[in-house]
Amino acid sequence: MPLFEVFVRPRRGLQHQHAGSLRAQDAELALQYAREIYTRRREGVSLWVVRSSDITASQEEDAPAFFDPADSKPYRDATFYELPSEVKGL
Amino acid sequence: MAEAADDLRNAQERFEERIGLDERVEPKDWMPDGYRRTLIRQISQHAHSEVIGMQPEGGWITRAPSLKRKLILLAKVQDEGGHALYLYGAAETLGASREEMIDALQAGRAKYSSIFNYPALTWADIGAIGWLVDSAAIVNQIPLQRCSYGPYARAMVRICKEESFHQRQGYDIMLTLARGTAEQKAMAQDALNRWWWPTLMMFGPPDEDSIHNSRSFAWKIKRHGNDELRQKFIDQAVPQAEVLGLTIPDPDLAWDDASGHYRIGPIDWDEFQRVVAGDGPCNRQRLAHHRRVREEGAWVREAVEAHAAKARARGEPARVDMAAR
Repeated sequence: MPLFEVFVRPRRGLQHQHAGSLRAQDAELALQYAREIYTRRREGVSLWVVRSSDITASQEEDAPAFFDPADSKPYRDATFYELPSEVKGL
Repeated sequence: MAEAADDLRNAQERFEERIGLDERVEPKDWMPDGYRRTLIRQISQHAHSEVIGMQPEGGWITRAPSLKRKLILLAKVQDEGGHALYLYGAAETLGASREEMIDALQAGRAKYSSIFNYPALTWADIGAIGWLVDSAAIVNQIPLQRCSYGPYARAMVRICKEESFHQRQGYDIMLTLARGTAEQKAMAQDALNRWWWPTLMMFGPPDEDSIHNSRSFAWKIKRHGNDELRQKFIDQAVPQAEVLGLTIPDPDLAWDDASGHYRIGPIDWDEFQRVVAGDGPCNRQRLAHHRRVREEGAWVREAVEAHAAKARARGEPARVDMAAR
């Protein structure tokens, strides 16, 4: 039985968030099971189910190549810039 | 060869480092076989406890004293089924299969919490189970929210949130009975008498006798000793019993000013060993029921598979009519 990842949108205006996984015969049933398992207490207004095998994920060992380049670019953050204390509204 | 050995050493170091830094271990990370096996054992037994735990309470759904109580109990038992699914799912991320885990349960190779081998004899037992057993489960499970294995820790967060309803509905039943007629109060006291000691045993044997402890601590699967958690439960349950006006069935129970804890009399560990070994009041009945339900439900699983296979053959997804429910 294939594995599905379940995503729940807690309420309108928020993004879907990963809630967990489950096994089901197909996507329609996965949606049905997801409702029973992950939203018994009004946890959300919308559900997505995705076959786990359809997710392409970055690998732990690739993390430096993927994410380290950002380390040398602190100028992308507002806190990089020092302002005189009398400046307001920036 | 030398390269492979280096890789393994690096992976081991990364694992140790992660544990040391209190980071979570995730399914695709390298982990020692012992860590994987310990987690599969613990998580699957936890899942089995949720499933078997549905039995003592499930029997009271049709006999609940009011429609409101019936709806509440139904929701609680459904939660327990849900908790088992979160936990089986977490164990499956470690490579365990559902079939194997359930086979191990039915063959007696995997245990479940010994508490569920006691019968729920009266409606007051449903109150005592919610109040005592679920409170004890919460005390056990709160530290597991910080367990080093990510999927288990996350399942625990969800479960703890839901358990607090279980605990309160149990106390609510006890409170209603304790404030009711003399007969109802006696029923509540009788349930407390029967469930108190088995609940204390839920935390497992004293730390010096516990066989699974040291590695679980080193791996941050377990963070507190059995005795420490048991004491925490006792310290919160005794005042709760006082509010109910009920008496804890322990003549040695006393407040100890020096330590700031309640002290209890000796626990009958022989009884615990007997129940764990299979000779509790309901062990055989619990497993027989599980086997029967699994067999009787086989056609449902087969039908769902057949339906999905037919739909696949026709090139369409199996439709579920949500509006019809």
